[in-house]
Amino acid sequence: MTCRELVEFLDRYVARELPAGEQAQFDAHLAECPPCVTFLESYQNTIAVSRALAECDKRLPPDVPEDLVQAILAARKQT
Amino acid sequence: MADLPAAAVESTSTSADEAALVAALRAGDEQAYERLVRTLGGRLLSVARRLVGNDADAQDVVQDTFLAAFKALPRFAEESRLSTWLYRIAVNSALTKVRTRRRHPEERLEGLIPAFQPDGHHVLPVAGWTEPADVLVARSEVRELIRREIDALPDTHRTVLVLRDLEEMSTEETAKALGISTNAVKLRLHRARQALGTRLAGALGDRS
Repeated sequence: MTCRELVEFLDRYVARELPAGEQAQFDAHLAECPPCVTFLESYQNTIAVSRALAECDKRLPPDVPEDLVQAILAARKQT
Repeated sequence: MADLPAAAVESTSTSADEAALVAALRAGDEQAYERLVRTLGGRLLSVARRLVGNDADAQDVVQDTFLAAFKALPRFAEESRLSTWLYRIAVNSALTKVRTRRRHPEERLEGLIPAFQPDGHHVLPVAGWTEPADVLVARSEVRELIRREIDALPDTHRTVLVLRDLEEMSTEETAKALGISTNAVKLRLHRARQALGTRLAGALGDRS
């Protein structure tokens, strides 16, 4: 397996959607390829920060600008 | 009318709270409208902001969402949550905004997708970072950085990444919302993650 092949199917590897034999080939490649380990970690970290950001925004949603609130309420009265 | 319970428009509201709120809205109660906008507006703004990629368009989307919802209120089926209903309208409105605006030339991801040598091995160095996600997003400046890097992705890829990885929609739901195939969702998501990872590694990372 080459690094290119690993990257091409990395989404399926991370989602554990690959057949067991292919999953094992990925694991074998990763065991001897530090750059692919770094790339895998970066890919997983990217998913993790996206989810963490979304969770944080749900807990602390932004304030609605006052002019937007007033614009919405004024527009409602006109309809 | 007496103040409506704040819980009526929050995720912890009971069906009785929500029924009271919907009744107040349908009766034209001004306080109920204002409470709804102030309570749910922030969350809708956040979702819209991520999908459209800028504040001005996101505010347009939120205004369009509330006005569409107010108009459709008589047809609101109360078996779904008011917040969920508004969220769906906001997502659709944001995707319509993205589709109708002019495409920019930066719809390409070249340079952000990893390069390989002729033998299929990585071109070195490969960039990455090690700090855990929860530690990173605890810092407001890093949250802003991540938002900026997501905004910088092309519309076609940002929308898929936001719906799948941030809004946690399924592949099928995302495909339906965007009117594309599930295979296209998977391909765009994979490329969007790689591109975002490259951008974040450049900003946050170390190299090996």
